[in-house]
Amino acid sequence: MQDEPTPIELTKAVADFLRNDITPLISGHQAFKLRVAVNILDLVTRQLTQEEGSDAKEVERLRALLGMDGSVTELNRALAERIAKGEVDLATPGLAEHLWATTMDKLAVDQPNYASYKRELGRNP
Amino acid sequence: MIEAELSRSVQHWCPGATGVTGAAKLSGGASQETWRFDITHPDGPIGGILRRSPKGYGAAPTRAAGLAAEAHLMQLAYEAGVPSPRVMHVLTPEDDLGTGFIMQRVEGETIARKILRDDEFAAARPHLARQIGGVLAGLHRLPQGKLPELRSRSATEEISEFNRDYRSLNWPKPVFELALRWLRDHDPGPSAETTLVHGDFRNGNLIIGADGVRAVLDWELAHLGDPMEDLGWICVNSWRFGEIDKPVGGFGSREDLFAGYEAAGRNVDPARVKFWEVMGTLRWGIMCGGMMQRFREGPDHSMERAMIGRRASETEIDLLRLLAPRGS
Repeated sequence: MQDEPTPIELTKAVADFLRNDITPLISGHQAFKLRVAVNILDLVTRQLTQEEGSDAKEVERLRALLGMDGSVTELNRALAERIAKGEVDLATPGLAEHLWATTMDKLAVDQPNYASYKRELGRNP
Repeated sequence: MIEAELSRSVQHWCPGATGVTGAAKLSGGASQETWRFDITHPDGPIGGILRRSPKGYGAAPTRAAGLAAEAHLMQLAYEAGVPSPRVMHVLTPEDDLGTGFIMQRVEGETIARKILRDDEFAAARPHLARQIGGVLAGLHRLPQGKLPELRSRSATEEISEFNRDYRSLNWPKPVFELALRWLRDHDPGPSAETTLVHGDFRNGNLIIGADGVRAVLDWELAHLGDPMEDLGWICVNSWRFGEIDKPVGGFGSREDLFAGYEAAGRNVDPARVKFWEVMGTLRWGIMCGGMMQRFREGPDHSMERAMIGRRASETEIDLLRLLAPRGS
């Protein structure tokens, strides 16, 4: 077991430093790059916070859908293959719900401000 | 400095010109650059834009039509009354500027978010969807006999090309698989008519002024194909920049787009437009994957490129909204 602070706390501290202390000092193209850098750290922080829980639920859904076991990567590969072969489609019970839940979890990490995501978040599934 | 070469060049083909000032690079990757500058002229300065591949970067990527074809198409469009910059000069080896062309600068805005939010464009915005319909109709009517040599792509060929691109990424994405299946199941087959297709007609590649569309830019993906492809591409959610209830570039409705197109004497096939919107959404998603791959394999190890890889999920939610909408 590693010591603390946790990676989440560390990346958040760096992001806050860049955002609050460095941003006011920089302009032009470098300011744009700095904003991208801060966005990356924020994304990493969100992923570190959420990934464990969302992956566990994704694996649970995939096991039920595919009737097999494996890592989240292996199960995604298997689902992709079955859809490609036409063995699984939107008429398959649970597929649409699974893809929606998985995609919503990805957007929550990648782009929580994306307009389509915000719209779907306000909808009762 | 590029100003020395530009000064020599303009004196050869622009009568009265004595040189150039204010050359500044607007954008540029390794293989293609855009510069702005002003031609010094006794009647007053003339705004110019240089688009070029620098020396040593002659080869165009496989999907691109090439700068010579781009210049040719912009000139044809200009002559036909489709909003387009006037091409002033196609570069020759004597210019010592690489390959490409120089066009007259059109003033206006290309940054999509400004066009969608700034007051300056408030009066133009409600008319843009319909106006764009008319512009596309004019573009699709450019005389085929005068077009440069272009690649030709049917829907079926595009599906198999995207399938190949996606598989080469080795990036298993169930939502992309679902979209590929949907596209194969809904392939509309050869279109009744084959026309010039712009290939990247969207908010971001248009110069907009307070009076509406002033110029269509970035013709590098032009090809021959189904004209409905351009109508579908401009409806892809990625080009609405947050204005998701206004499918046409965040400006307006499909109905307005179609009305403008039909008022200019051409027919719309809404089912084909929807097909190309799904195709376009997947296309941008796969391009995000390509960015991720280039970031990993270098030489462009930039943060921006890395983050574009993380935008593929935006196209996944948009594909689900198109193919498996929830609630109603």
